Amino acid sequence: MKPAPALAEGFPDLSGMRIAREPHWFRWISAALIILVLAAIARAFANGQIEWSYVSRFLTVKVILEGIVNTMVMAVLAMMLGVVLGIVVAIMRLSPNPVLKTVAAGYTWLFRGTPLILQLLLWFNLALVFPTIGIPGLWSARAVDVMTPFLAALLGLGINQGAYTSEVMRAGMLSVDVGQYEAAQAIGMGRLRALRRIVLPQAMRVVIPPLGNEFIGMVKATSLASVIQYPELLHNAENIYYANSRVIELLIVAGLWYLLVVSILTPLQMLLERRFARGTLRLAR
Amino acid sequence: MTKPLVAIRTVSKNFGEFQALKNVSLDVWPGEVMCLIGASGSGKTTLLRCINQLATIDSGGIWLDGELLGVREHGGKLHRLSEREIGRQRLKTGMVFQRFNLFPHKTALENITEGPTQVQGRKPDEVRAEAIELLRRVGLAAKADSYPAQLSGGQQQRVAIARALAMKPMLMLFDEPTSALDPELVGEVLAVMKELARSGMTMMVVTHELGFAREVADRVVYMDQGAIVEQGRASDVLGAPREERTKAFLSAVI
Repeated sequence: MKPAPALAEGFPDLSGMRIAREPHWFRWISAALIILVLAAIARAFANGQIEWSYVSRFLTVKVILEGIVNTMVMAVLAMMLGVVLGIVVAIMRLSPNPVLKTVAAGYTWLFRGTPLILQLLLWFNLALVFPTIGIPGLWSARAVDVMTPFLAALLGLGINQGAYTSEVMRAGMLSVDVGQYEAAQAIGMGRLRALRRIVLPQAMRVVIPPLGNEFIGMVKATSLASVIQYPELLHNAENIYYANSRVIELLIVAGLWYLLVVSILTPLQMLLERRFARGTLRLAR
Repeated sequence: MTKPLVAIRTVSKNFGEFQALKNVSLDVWPGEVMCLIGASGSGKTTLLRCINQLATIDSGGIWLDGELLGVREHGGKLHRLSEREIGRQRLKTGMVFQRFNLFPHKTALENITEGPTQVQGRKPDEVRAEAIELLRRVGLAAKADSYPAQLSGGQQQRVAIARALAMKPMLMLFDEPTSALDPELVGEVLAVMKELARSGMTMMVVTHELGFAREVADRVVYMDQGAIVEQGRASDVLGAPREERTKAFLSAVI
């Protein structure tokens, strides 16, 4: 074996030396400036015409807490309705049947094309169109009794959400490789079973971040139901300030609660994402 | 006298203007291992996909185990079968894809048990035991709980073979099963296929592995431009081709 050729001189061994930390002056200065600005804003609000004692007093009052519960119940139920409708409509949209396709497209067009608040008002005032509703010969009732604020809000929010969710679900289903449909067919699965067992579970991974977005939007969209007397958070806060005229204080109370709820939802979404990320990590368990 | 397991008669298939299959007729006999060779675009993959109905033929007919595929003759006309009936016919064939197409959200074992439990409605315990046996047969008993992303290409393809076998097919279709693999992983997949051939399985293999064809195939079929150009024993077609096009193809790939 030949000896290795001698190394050139003038290149010292650096193996024992550490890399020095940069001072990052600009980061320190910009952070300080931002803290100053925030402090100024906080001071302005502290000295403004806000009675902070009202905020803390009404933050945990019973009516407000009931409002949050109603907001969350409505958000969860309407979202569930929206997701179920969304999946069904997305499957209809990707079906080879032109009738189903057209119906699905028409649904999305109608409910995405009109303002949510208008849809809520229409549902709530359905009694003006149909004084009584029911199944002929079996059951009937006065529409004003059936179309409560709760039901009107649920239908309005859920059906509207279904139109948006269907597009999210469709995007997710399109993201799954065609080879997956073929492999499912090759082991004898029909279209619907392949969708349910193979394609949808894989689509969920793609769909959860936008669905999380939609759900956060839904939590806040429930506040629109205040116009149809559904006793959610904003509606109850308004009722209090109609009585005591502490408008800004109660709006801040409502705002804080919305922020808190949304802050809790974000880590929940990450848990869900991990559940549906099964098999995407290359590392062995 | 035995009947062919697959009888293909005057089958044509177009993709728009492109004629993928032109009037192809062919028999595959029970227990036979057939290798289909030819340049890409010659129609060999399309022929496989027509047999398990991932592609529908435009004219002609394919009979599998004596049953006409995809259509029923009634009143002098052909009527398409329902999706459910096509699914039932597909169960007689197992397909192995070039790109494996394992279900990424399921473990190796779950990939294998999915069809028997979900489609055939068999007992999970029984299917599980068979699946473990199949994994052992393809040399992956230790990888039962791994997800496809944690397996090498060769391992994924072996799981895919086990998944197809779990349905107990009469015919196995291989669509370039080693083309997407790194060269050092080809051998392990071919070894599994050789073992399968020795066990008496009827196989149709689209491949570029001429060594495999020479060693294992009972018959080699050379296709070009949607038609069968030459077929016969592997030693004849590969060793002493009669057609000019076959000679040209073989000299190009060797």
